[in-house]
Amino acid sequence: MIRDPKDIKRYNASERVNHWIVGISFILLALSGLAFFHPAFFPLTQLFGGPVWTRILHPYAGVLMAVAFLIIFIRFFRLNLMGKKDFEWLAKARNMVDGNDHDMPEQGKYNGGQKVLFWSLGVCMLLMSVSGILMWRAWFHFPVELVRVAVVVHAACGAVMIGLILVHVYAAIWVKGTIRAMWYGTVTRAWARQHHRGWYRQITGK
Amino acid sequence: MALQSLDIQRRSATTTPQPGSRQPIEVAKLIDVTTCIGCKACQVACSEWNDIREEVGSNIGVYDNPTDLSAHAWTVMRFTETEAHGRLEWLIRKDGCMHCADPGCLKACPSPGAIIQYKNGIVDFHQENCIGCGYCVTGCPFNVPRLSREDGKAYKCSLCSDRVAVGQEPACVKTCPTGAISFGSKEDMKDIAATRIDDLRRRGFDKAGLYDPEGVGGTHVMYVLHHADEPALYANLPANPAISPMVSIWKGVAKPLATLALAGVALGSLFHYVMKGPNEISKETEDEIDAEDRREREDKEAAQ
Repeated sequence: MIRDPKDIKRYNASERVNHWIVGISFILLALSGLAFFHPAFFPLTQLFGGPVWTRILHPYAGVLMAVAFLIIFIRFFRLNLMGKKDFEWLAKARNMVDGNDHDMPEQGKYNGGQKVLFWSLGVCMLLMSVSGILMWRAWFHFPVELVRVAVVVHAACGAVMIGLILVHVYAAIWVKGTIRAMWYGTVTRAWARQHHRGWYRQITGK
Repeated sequence: MALQSLDIQRRSATTTPQPGSRQPIEVAKLIDVTTCIGCKACQVACSEWNDIREEVGSNIGVYDNPTDLSAHAWTVMRFTETEAHGRLEWLIRKDGCMHCADPGCLKACPSPGAIIQYKNGIVDFHQENCIGCGYCVTGCPFNVPRLSREDGKAYKCSLCSDRVAVGQEPACVKTCPTGAISFGSKEDMKDIAATRIDDLRRRGFDKAGLYDPEGVGGTHVMYVLHHADEPALYANLPANPAISPMVSIWKGVAKPLATLALAGVALGSLFHYVMKGPNEISKETEDEIDAEDRREREDKEAAQ
């Protein structure tokens, strides 16, 4: 049952399913990718039915993520266009991380940090997809000089992406009342008012 | 399966020391390109001993057959006709794994124990540990490893590690009818090469020399070339082969450092939470919302 009918809808069911597909495929890709990243992580191949299966499955999970990511990207890129307010927010981000978010500039549906994350992930996803295809020997044969660049790009972007997602996940855990938006789509009015005042005004007219 | 009688120098994707209490001699195969007649007996011997058969292809107008290395052809003769030195020369090079002292394949391989470098210098693929990613192909400066279409494993010349382990020379060496291929300690092979190079120089090949490229730490398959200053003449044998800088960046210190950085981000987040506490909705904001609700309710009641 709904506790407060005045809760604000942040994501519809389709957006949530889309995000979960991206999230699940990312977790599978990160675990299987790390297995080949460094020998210390090689035992992770056992989660996927052994090293050969890990090698076979990883690129297909990549295709799934690339497609799901593209859809979520198209859905949200307009809301993530950077503006003056976002740079102001970023300049003050240190205060927020320090535990004081009282004098943060008013934010729309997404704050400056979320937008930077959005575009960083977008760039990484593009580079991962292109380099991944160049490396995918089961289907493609590209000149070795190109593949050698691709393996470096793939490993570097993979590491950056894992780092970005760690920050993304922690931010959701840190800011209380956020994760429910991912589960069932709503946030409380107080949450919206405190963290995304501009968006709150737009939705409630207050 | 590693051969127990051979000590291991390096093992792919392994960061701890390998069994290495013995001190075996470094071996090498010397291919004297100048006395090779291109009979392909070595290809046949390789095929027989290793029990691999490449499909019979079709004639492409030159003697190359099979036309390239494959999972079923670990050595092929590459024929080159050149007039670079004023007269027609027919250069024949037996191509295959060079067994580098610093093997790019092994460096690139992500699967523990799929590539082994024995202490005697032989670089061997252990297919049961191979995952078929093809990173060895990416790492090799000589374009040697080949992925099999049938089983998805990478294959290449083993320098007959199974024969060498029991004191025999590789099959190609045993069969060569002109004695163009020799096998023994790397030191002895260099001596044989030096004698042969002297001979060639006396016969007018003043650029004759040994191909044992420094860029890969030297190789355990070496060539005597009449034109050692122009290795590219011999079907594009690289002049200065080395592991690509891209491969070195890819497999260098960046990854352990990146791993530490990621661990730092994860632990940093944890301790941030512990030290700063969660970012909760302030009581103030909650009260404001409650007050608004109350006002709304009162307005509604007043209107009724």
